[in-house]
Amino acid sequence: MNLGWAELVAGIALLALAIYAVTGGADFGAGIWDRLAAGPRKQDQRDVIEKAIAPIWETNHVWLIFVVVLLFSAFPNAFATIGIALYAPLSLVLLGIVLRGAGFVFRQYGHGSVADRQRWGRTFGGASVLTPFFLGTALAAISSGSIRVDAADRVRTSVSAWLGWFPVTVGVFVMTAFGFVAAVYLCIEANDKPELQDDFRRRALVSGLVLGALSFAVRFTAEFANPVFARRLFGWQGTALMLQTGVAAVALATLFAVFRRRYRIARGLAVLQVVTIVAGWGYAQYPYVIAPDLLLATTAAPVATLRLIALGVGVGAILLIPSLIWMFRVFKTP
Amino acid sequence: MDAFSDPALIARAQMALSLSFHIVFASVGIAMPVLMVIAEARWLRTGDKTDLDLAHRWAKGTAVLFAIGAVSGTVLSFELGLLFPGFMRLAGPIIGFPFSLEGFAFFIEAIFLGIYLYGWNRITPKQHLFSGIMVALSGLASAVFVTFVNAWMNAPRGFTFADGKLLNIDPLGAFQTPFAFHEIVHGSLAAYAATGLAVAGIHAWALLLGRAPHFHQRALSIALWVALPACLLQPLVGHLAGQRIAEHQPAKLAALEQLQHTQTRAPLTVGPFEIPGALSVMAFNDPDARVQGLDAFAPADRPPSLVRPAFLIMVSIGTLLALFAAGMAWRHFRRRPPWGDRRILWATVLMSPLGFVALQTGWIVTEVGRQPWVVYGVLRTADMATPSPGLGIRLGIFALIYLVLAATVVAVLRRHIRATFTPNLPEGRA
Ligand code: HDD
Ligand code: HEM
Ligand code: HEM
Repeated sequence: MNLGWAELVAGIALLALAIYAVTGGADFGAGIWDRLAAGPRKQDQRDVIEKAIAPIWETNHVWLIFVVVLLFSAFPNAFATIGIALYAPLSLVLLGIVLRGAGFVFRQYGHGSVADRQRWGRTFGGASVLTPFFLGTALAAISSGSIRVDAADRVRTSVSAWLGWFPVTVGVFVMTAFGFVAAVYLCIEANDKPELQDDFRRRALVSGLVLGALSFAVRFTAEFANPVFARRLFGWQGTALMLQTGVAAVALATLFAVFRRRYRIARGLAVLQVVTIVAGWGYAQYPYVIAPDLLLATTAAPVATLRLIALGVGVGAILLIPSLIWMFRVFKTP
Repeated sequence: MDAFSDPALIARAQMALSLSFHIVFASVGIAMPVLMVIAEARWLRTGDKTDLDLAHRWAKGTAVLFAIGAVSGTVLSFELGLLFPGFMRLAGPIIGFPFSLEGFAFFIEAIFLGIYLYGWNRITPKQHLFSGIMVALSGLASAVFVTFVNAWMNAPRGFTFADGKLLNIDPLGAFQTPFAFHEIVHGSLAAYAATGLAVAGIHAWALLLGRAPHFHQRALSIALWVALPACLLQPLVGHLAGQRIAEHQPAKLAALEQLQHTQTRAPLTVGPFEIPGALSVMAFNDPDARVQGLDAFAPADRPPSLVRPAFLIMVSIGTLLALFAAGMAWRHFRRRPPWGDRRILWATVLMSPLGFVALQTGWIVTEVGRQPWVVYGVLRTADMATPSPGLGIRLGIFALIYLVLAATVVAVLRRHIRATFTPNLPEGRA
């Protein structure tokens, strides 16, 4: 690997994506559990969810915007290509983002009738289920090898790039992963109500097991969609093997911690698990932004831009990190 | 090709729809924190619970508007790629830097707004006020950064153009666009003027109905203090904007005035009157200056004539609001509060939507007046639009969603405002 400015900025974007998955992603996951709330403590489940995400979801959401901005600043050709090839799933993602956010605040602040609140609640929950799915299909499409770009920057692709077996499986995987992380977090949020906590513990265990099963399905379908990518992600040697064993070990440890009701440990492990998965995806993508035509190195913006962005991120982080720490301290310490 | 099958036109329509939707919430996000912070700072100084109550209620309304601003902004950042991939492919490396800085402003804004809205009982009053100030500052910062982008699109700098590509990109040089100063100042003042007037109108209405006078008088006073100074300054900055256009975008100026022929001593048309040489003075400080007319540009390079009515509406409103602000200042120095006279309250109610009307028409002037260029003189809008199919359907769906959102926001705010109108609102406490 010949690491340069392009790799640095891509690494920052990947890190932002990973943080988005464990923060903003978990907010979507919480929305899924809102939609699926059931049993005698249905309303309590929804109350915990609302209380947990209300103060922080907008901040968490900015990570996604940040990824988008980095992508179009540093890899404009890839951004343009994605905009053309994946306009359908991304429009659905946008629709979901709008409806999720609107549904959530309107339910919370609507001063409306019970029926009104329920309608916006359903919108919030429904959009929380669909958005991660389409986000997942779009991410998989980028890895699927079926978005082609010719020398004149013309984009060729087909619907199956994001609506085939592989992207759909990844869509379900992403949805489940967000739900799983959210369930683990919610075990902590509900810590003053043991029965409620057990509701979320059950959800964490079930979704964790489903996630495990899905990872095999992803592996299987990836093999057919893009063997090169599949080998880099799931191969039996080197970094791929290390990453796989790492994810598997962390996943088992997370489940075990949930099972033993060690929720704080489980939270840390779940974060580690998701971050490793995203890192693995980034590793398997390398050296492409969009395989097989757009290489990271050749589609990056000029070095002047990349350097400035990296500098900007460094300076911005000085302001951002203490602010983030303060926010989580204010809202997430018991 | 008719209008409904021209992809560039549909893409522009969707961009315009999304931006005009977003800018309302963005402006509220810039100005409301200032109102809340003033109320809260007053409470910290005087201990008057009315101020605290006010900050609370304004914060609740802002929470809803901010969330809609955030989702509509997200739509925009994706749409840049979904609608104008060609533009982003070429311009991304140069406008990406201000957008990245804007990203940090969003972070700070969202973090401290969360703390502000949900932290009342978790932090000290001073920390709380500090959070409010951070929200106000970062809201302004996001406007500054994104307006840099727009200024660059109007007067691009920091690259050379050859073979249809932007070369020798210098992202810092791009900041030297001569449109930045007036757009940033005029655009931010517009946010304070429009939002302040809208809020003032609501509280003036409550006073006309005789509801909770102490509470609404305080609210009206703060809102006017934010709005009116901005209204006074707007025509001055607007005039500066006009001069910059005269210098750098002569086609836009010709379209704004619908000046057909290039001439010296160009006249200014005000209603039925024509003042000889006035346009030359306004544009170049010289009655004998030569002003280019539409005939100086090929028909394909002339902006749509829609900009003329938009410009007239903005300028008329700007003049009216400045006169109103001057009148109120005069009353203020004679120590007559606005609520002393029902006619003033009525005037405030009637003027409350005008700020937003001027703001929207002003953006039409800037954006439509830039046409047919997306980056002035460099890239044509029509060449940059997406080749994707199904644009019309998507536009329809988004239009529908914006309609539902707008209707719901209005309904929610109405209920929220009506709650503050209840006559039994305890005077002077939360
Ligand atoms: C409350 C809102 C408001 C008010 C009262 C005015 N304007 Fe304005 N105007 C805007 C809100 C606005 C804006 C925020 O919509 C724009 C769009 C881009 C910008 O920088 O500000 C704008 C743009 C804009 C432009 C185009 C700038 C460009 O293309 O770069 C000109 C020439 C003027 N204005 C002139 C005026 C004059 C002469 C005014 C008063 C008599 C006036 N404006 C009042
Ligand atoms: C928020 C205030 C803004 C409003 C209300 C606004 C309004 C508009 C309108 C009405 C159009 C359509 C013009 C036409 O098709 O004739 C347009 C086009 C466009 N604007 Fe703006 N604009 C705003 C700010 C910005 C900013 C900050 C950017 C920065 C990226 C921007 C980028 C564009 C682009 C890419 C188009 C499409 C191409 C074009 O038609 O020129 N706009 N906008
Ligand atoms: C192409 C143009 C634009 C894009 C891509 C864009 C993007 C965004 C995004 C992604 C957000 C959400 C941030 C969050 O979650 O906190 C946002 C919010 C915001 N935007 Fe824009 N924006 C554009 C135009 C503008 C303009 C022209 C202004 C002001 C002059 C503006 C001012 C703001 C402000 C103050 C917010 C804070 C949220 C709020 O108050 O509702 N934006 N924008």
